[in-house]
Amino acid sequence: MSLDQLYQQIILDHSKARHGSGLAATDAPAGAATGQSHQLNPVCGDEVTLRLAVQDGKVVQVAWDGAGCSISMASASVLSELADGMTVAELHQVIESFREVLRSRGKVQADPELLGDAAAFEGVARYAARVKCAMISWVAAEDALNQAA
Amino acid sequence: MAVVSTPATLERALPAMDNAEVLRIRNDFPVLNQLVNGQPLVYLDSGATSQNPVSVIEAEQEFYEQRNAAVHRGAHHLAVEATEVFEDARQTIADFIGAGYEETIWTSNATEGLNLISYALSNAALWAAQGRGDRGLRELALGPGDEIVVTEMEHHANLIPWQELAFRTGATLRHIPIDDDGSLRMDAAASVIGPRTKVLAFTHASNVLGIINPVQELTALGRAAGALVVLDACQSAPHLPLNVKKLDVDFAVLSGHKMLAPTGIGVLYGRQELLDILPPFLTGGSMITTVTMERAEYLPAPQRFEAGTQRISQAVALAAAANYLTETGLDRIHAWESELGQRMVVGLEAIPGVRVLGPAAGRERIGLAAFDVEGVHAHDVGQFLDSRGIAVRVGHHCAQPLHRRLGLTATTRASAYLYNTTDDVDRFLEAVAGVRAYFRA
Repeated sequence: MSLDQLYQQIILDHSKARHGSGLAATDAPAGAATGQSHQLNPVCGDEVTLRLAVQDGKVVQVAWDGAGCSISMASASVLSELADGMTVAELHQVIESFREVLRSRGKVQADPELLGDAAAFEGVARYAARVKCAMISWVAAEDALNQAA
Repeated sequence: MAVVSTPATLERALPAMDNAEVLRIRNDFPVLNQLVNGQPLVYLDSGATSQNPVSVIEAEQEFYEQRNAAVHRGAHHLAVEATEVFEDARQTIADFIGAGYEETIWTSNATEGLNLISYALSNAALWAAQGRGDRGLRELALGPGDEIVVTEMEHHANLIPWQELAFRTGATLRHIPIDDDGSLRMDAAASVIGPRTKVLAFTHASNVLGIINPVQELTALGRAAGALVVLDACQSAPHLPLNVKKLDVDFAVLSGHKMLAPTGIGVLYGRQELLDILPPFLTGGSMITTVTMERAEYLPAPQRFEAGTQRISQAVALAAAANYLTETGLDRIHAWESELGQRMVVGLEAIPGVRVLGPAAGRERIGLAAFDVEGVHAHDVGQFLDSRGIAVRVGHHCAQPLHRRLGLTATTRASAYLYNTTDDVDRFLEAVAGVRAYFRA
């Protein structure tokens, strides 16, 4: 597998764009229930703090701050775009599907219908050392979602 | 006519190492001869773990094929042979580091060696509190008001055991700070180390900075304060001539797998007088004289600190590794690796956006370089290099406080050994030069 299959264009783009980053400078929408989670990968120092706001059963905002490799930062960016507007149940389903693909060592293909841009992380599953990088913001989102919903 | 050998011809210095010799050396290391991601492997991660020459692999295999038995027990032939090669290995390692035979203790690795010292010291405090042991032991007992001194550049293995020893005994942990270039602030060392200092622990060579610390100056400060001096020789013993007696330290530790031996074997050196006084760390079989249902008497060192069945084949393999290094010549290896280290730093400093940690080009360093690439996380750098067949380490290298001090969370580290050529370094440099463009940094 080539490096370009791991670092797909979408991933490199998102690692620069960092949609949803700037937690400290963003207020949660008034009246929304929120949950916040901090996750750390002690191996490489990747760190993400993610806050998720839920109103009327829907995710209305994902905001995060983080530092880490391009995979972890791109993954948080993709997640915050994707999750915005989803119902709580939908986001749970997407997180579950993402986790299944990432932990499959390349055996389970990503469903682009369900995962959207996050399907680009399919190649990461073949690099065992990088799976945690892709998962870190998703673990934070799941934790935050459980607090908020 | 008799041929008279003069000492000069017997000790004739071998010429300096060069690429031609390294290419011959590489034939002894089968693992290096492979393609990774379609390209010949460039292994620059020996600071994490080194590769094994055939002689080491065969020494371990031969032990299992011909001599395997438990040592120091049993009257049968194999038990005697196993004990012989096991103790011969101890003598080889003792000679390798300039220690006495009884002062050379097997451990699993340097981490265990440092934990052994720290637990033996807190056991000394416990014994002393209950009136067990003699006056010598009471002098080793730490308590509130006493201080343990380390440096800001330590590997976690030479930091956390001391944090925990301070916690267990009520002593205070202090540290010698570093300058921006990584060198120890010796002015500060002179004030941090004082009459309260009971233990001074520091690394000989930094696994991140590549810097060689001024052991003699530090030891002199420790001696003047009456402190025990503990040397982490993990990154020095494999790469340069080491003599614990000449360095005048009280304890030293090393890991076998960083010096051409298998994992699971390490060495602790301790000064005889101290080892005879210190309580054991692990207790059990093989380290006792008399045992009743109530209590036990312990053997002197080294057995005192070697409870349970030992890592026999690994010890034999470590001796083979030491022989390999001695035959090649540690002074020659050190010179060659210094050359590779300089080549790395000169090359890295010339790449825009790359910041090398530790001493600048031209100043002394061992054969490793850790660096930051602006705008690209170390993990991505490592992945990029791997795609070109180059193995390096990424992360904080078990030195979080050091990285924090330098304003970083993770770096990339290339570390060479006697089997690396200048071509390896050049391929590495060429790859690093392409990193920022790939990640559009």
